[in-house]
Amino acid sequence: MAVLELTNISRHFGAIQAVNDVSLSIEPGQVVGLMGDNGAGKSTLVKMIAGNFRPSHGTMHMDGKELILHKPAEARQHGIEIVHQDLALCNNLTAAANVYLGRELRRGVGPFRILDYASMYKRAGQLFAELKSETRPRDLVKQMSGGQRQAVAIARTMLSQAKIVLMDEPTAAISVRQVAEVLNLIRHLRDQGIAVVLISHRMPDVFTVADRVIVMRRGRKVADKTIASSSPEEVTGLITGAIEQV
Amino acid sequence: MALTIDQPIEHKQQSLPARVFASQTFWVVIAVILACVFLSFATDAFATSKNLYNITRNITFVAIIALGMTFVIITGGIDLSVGSVLCLSSMILAVTMHAGYSIEVGILASIATALAIGAFNGVLIAYLGFPPFVVTLGMLSIARSLAMVASNNTVVFQFGPDHAKLLSLGGGAWVFGIANPVLYMILLALITGFILRWTKFGRHIFAIGGNEHAATLTGVPVRQIKVAVYMISALSAGIAGIIQTGWLGAVTTNLGTGMELQVIAATVIGGANLAGGVGTAFGAIVGAALIEVIRNSLGLLGINAFWQGVFIGGAILLAVLFDRIRNFRRSD
Repeated sequence: MAVLELTNISRHFGAIQAVNDVSLSIEPGQVVGLMGDNGAGKSTLVKMIAGNFRPSHGTMHMDGKELILHKPAEARQHGIEIVHQDLALCNNLTAAANVYLGRELRRGVGPFRILDYASMYKRAGQLFAELKSETRPRDLVKQMSGGQRQAVAIARTMLSQAKIVLMDEPTAAISVRQVAEVLNLIRHLRDQGIAVVLISHRMPDVFTVADRVIVMRRGRKVADKTIASSSPEEVTGLITGAIEQV
Repeated sequence: MALTIDQPIEHKQQSLPARVFASQTFWVVIAVILACVFLSFATDAFATSKNLYNITRNITFVAIIALGMTFVIITGGIDLSVGSVLCLSSMILAVTMHAGYSIEVGILASIATALAIGAFNGVLIAYLGFPPFVVTLGMLSIARSLAMVASNNTVVFQFGPDHAKLLSLGGGAWVFGIANPVLYMILLALITGFILRWTKFGRHIFAIGGNEHAATLTGVPVRQIKVAVYMISALSAGIAGIIQTGWLGAVTTNLGTGMELQVIAATVIGGANLAGGVGTAFGAIVGAALIEVIRNSLGLLGINAFWQGVFIGGAILLAVLFDRIRNFRRSD
């Protein structure tokens, strides 16, 4: 069964139709590349899944149940996690503190509860180990490489039982070697049965790691096919509009 | 060698001594100690119990507010209104008690006033997006003016039925001959240190100062916390005002004039970063101590008091210079 299913989703801002009648379904453990030019409707679509916007029309279902989100925190409760384009990290805090930001572990009774440093370091260390990352929980994020920072942001999504992780341009601003690192992190998420939606402009990344590619143009879904049955040339054509629809 | 999971978990970036030597607060402590040792030998008057009693007590008023200011500065904000809030809180306490109310009522009214002003500052900054500098600059003017209105710009020195209680609260020395204000300062410093290190609230304050946008995205209640830090800052000014009233035994409307700058100086000398994300309770106390020792020593050494500003200003620049040198080295 699909972990997330969108049916005839539309969203307009005044007269502008940002997303127009899009249906798609995402299976557990699947990496879906979401591609399209600027203004194609990718971000709007993702923001509806993340709870930032509500659809004007259409329905979303998660594990067969209807999903109605009023704010991002509710999306998180349903197991939808987002890795933001700028990663949303605090440089002055440790890796573990960033992983747990906003949902810190505490110990104690009633109102007398203090931060549980030991447990947070331990769990963060385990997450980094699962991700095969060299990131260390006590290191300050300030002194980390781009790939390590990605690991911190991704570890954050693994804290709770995430079912689907939305990644917004995770490889946009990092070095070639670090891109490989990030793609590995995505594979680790997939291997744990988590669905990943990879929003990207970079054709090679999507063709390396994704199982499926969805192309959007002018608010409509113009293609939704397996990587094996497509090619970078075809996707480029779909993005620019040289190929109308497949 | 096989790498076990515990190694990365236990790994610390720097050993304890390395971290101590790299901290600005440590060097300020050294400066304070060296100054005290030098003064003990250079003058007869420094190492007397009376002078030390005076120094420790004088530190407290700036130090207590610096503790509150530390919260604000860690979030990347600034509170210029603390000197005026100190004056207004003192005046509310004085006027209330002068009118015949008990000390409890007076303190309650004074604290409530401080918290209300802090909340006003905080709401304007957090919910309406006003720059902290502008809001608190406005409040600097408003609060002092209100103190003049409340007292009709007179000096209040009679505090009604609980007059003696108030004077003993601020001027007494109930434990081991240590001045009461010093005890309050130590208590408040411990509380501040605990909040910053061990609570979720403290963690979120650092997160806001590090990257406010990230804090918002990860679900930190940024606005509520910002209101709270300005309330804490105003509260600390209120507490300092109450204690200072008890110590001085009189309140004038120019009490605490220019104090905001001393407080900010103490916080910065102690290692807090005005850009946000860095600061400690201990640093605030040490910064206040350095300023007071400089002031005291100039008097004892017979240097013209007009030079005071030069030395304190120099200390601020020197403290920040250390920080810059460290950063230069790191970027190399």
